[in-house]
Amino acid sequence: MPHAKIFGSSRSLLVAGLIGLGLLAPLVAPGHQSQLTELLLFIVFALAWDLVGGQMGYNSFGNVLFVGVGMYASAIVQVGLFYDVGRYTEAKGGGTQFLFDVPQFLTGLGFGILVAAIMAGLVALLLGSLVLRMRGHYFAICTLGLGIAAGQVAAGIPWIGGGSGMLTPNPPAALGDVGLLLYYLALLLALATFATFTWLLSTRFGLALNAIRDDEDKADAMGLATHGIKVTAWVIAACFLGAAGAIYGNLVRFIDPTQTAFAGATIGVWMILMALLGGSGTLLGPVVGAVVFQLFKELFWTYLLGWQRVALGVLIVAVAVFFPDGIVGFARTRFGRGQRSEEDTAAALKEKAP
Amino acid sequence: MVSNLLILYEAPPLALQLLLDGILIGAVFALAAYGMALVWGVTNIINIAQGEFVMLGGFIAVAFADHGLPPLFAVPVAAAALYGLGWVLFQTLIVHVIGRDMFNSVLATFGIAIVLQQLMGRVFGGADRIVESGLGTWSFFDGLVTVVQVKVLVFVYCLLLGVALALFLGRSRQGQAIRATAQEPRAASALGIKTRQIYAMTYALNAAICGAAGALAANAYTIHAYSGLSYTIRSFMIVVVAGVGNLAGVASAAMGLGVAESFAGFILGTQYQIAFVFGLLVAVLVFRNWRLGRQRRTLQ
Repeated sequence: MPHAKIFGSSRSLLVAGLIGLGLLAPLVAPGHQSQLTELLLFIVFALAWDLVGGQMGYNSFGNVLFVGVGMYASAIVQVGLFYDVGRYTEAKGGGTQFLFDVPQFLTGLGFGILVAAIMAGLVALLLGSLVLRMRGHYFAICTLGLGIAAGQVAAGIPWIGGGSGMLTPNPPAALGDVGLLLYYLALLLALATFATFTWLLSTRFGLALNAIRDDEDKADAMGLATHGIKVTAWVIAACFLGAAGAIYGNLVRFIDPTQTAFAGATIGVWMILMALLGGSGTLLGPVVGAVVFQLFKELFWTYLLGWQRVALGVLIVAVAVFFPDGIVGFARTRFGRGQRSEEDTAAALKEKAP
Repeated sequence: MVSNLLILYEAPPLALQLLLDGILIGAVFALAAYGMALVWGVTNIINIAQGEFVMLGGFIAVAFADHGLPPLFAVPVAAAALYGLGWVLFQTLIVHVIGRDMFNSVLATFGIAIVLQQLMGRVFGGADRIVESGLGTWSFFDGLVTVVQVKVLVFVYCLLLGVALALFLGRSRQGQAIRATAQEPRAASALGIKTRQIYAMTYALNAAICGAAGALAANAYTIHAYSGLSYTIRSFMIVVVAGVGNLAGVASAAMGLGVAESFAGFILGTQYQIAFVFGLLVAVLVFRNWRLGRQRRTLQ
């Protein structure tokens, strides 16, 4: 890997610096704590999307499904451990009858995140064996359908609040700043995701993912158990998405079935945008993309209030049409030496010719 | 759900009602799907903004009605406006993603869809809208079966539009050029067809079809700024089932979908109708894949 030379020597220093920055960030900028938590979760979203999209070549539009499953699973566990879920949602989670003390809240949250990851993984396992046999745009549009169908189904189940949504448990006042706790949980999850994926992609499994992306039929002919590998990758991505969804649900507190949990037209497509904007098929790309995206998003929310979603749509179109290689991809072709493929050189020569 | 089935069993004319409603709305689906098939076949792009084009056409009709203009007059205006929009979108954006990985064009058109729905939400508001036609209904079986006259009118206009389109593609010089480009763009280009212009025209024509379909549909069915995606998904499903470039197939698949939807809406409850559409999409794709897999095995 030629690009490793550019980053290689300074990589460990960079990682240490980033972890330090992550640990200190909420203390430096307490006013932006929830945006920072969201950013960390976006990093998980983008990385998990890219494991299956950029690395394996299966561009899913429905990964929001696992986020939503995680959100609901966690909320149900957090409530269900101590109260009747149906009565809780009926009372809109409010009132004085549904109080959680500190140990209850913490065990609920811990188990919630765990169960969220497991449930999302199970759903991925179940659907993956059907959906991952499709290729290209059939896969893309099928997953898009799955994400939206899930939201519609969730909106029709009264037990989890139906169309009027569900609230995560009210954090006890004795716990102090729950936002800070969620921030560090998100940081832990983001680091775990990054570390796991770095390790995964350095193994034979990672090579197999790239082989499937580059030519699935050849990979199959070489004797790789492509279907099993695809499903495994999807399940791994889904587990991280589910856990991130659990934290996200507790961050936003209110889970709307179609607007927050299974929000295909916002979070669902944002995670693709983040991966692409940073550079899909790389490890650093989704992280960079999530940071840049979050900056754009906050700027749009601040200066273009009311038009922010239009602006984000324009950003999606602009990146898809004019900047599909992303920041990391751009930096590589611009600054990376000795790794221009013959095609690139031919294209460059063609450009120079009148 | 079971009780709804029982009602259907005890009152057979209700089934006729559902059947009719499904067939009538099917014509609108058919037009949008035919446009999608056209773009898919010629430019190899799946236009996710399809449903938003339909909604935009509908909002033009609503705006006309709001200003006291005859709603049918809105149909050619919507078609012309959408043709212009389609042309501009193609020349500025779509042209760059032609020939690239299909994921890229799906994402780009999805982005266009998001921009359009958000803009429509800003300009026309997020409420359900419909044009009041002032036409009545026909009743049969002592009022058990009612046919809304404007739905029949929309149905007929949609069919006429579809036939006109098929004639244009089949008979006219331009239509020949479009089909030639779809079959073999390099040969077409060698024979002097300006393929880029043909691509632009096809994309714009599709937008115009959707615009007209939407302007017609708004007279009989509610439109909503954020519900375009379900039209896109329906179109995609219909094209997957019927294939590209086959009007009769597209029309029958569309009406079949309309009927299935109206029965599902009645049996499962209307709140599950959209879930049904998207669930059906998944089922159709899984089935298609399973069948392809079987064919592959037989070949071996």
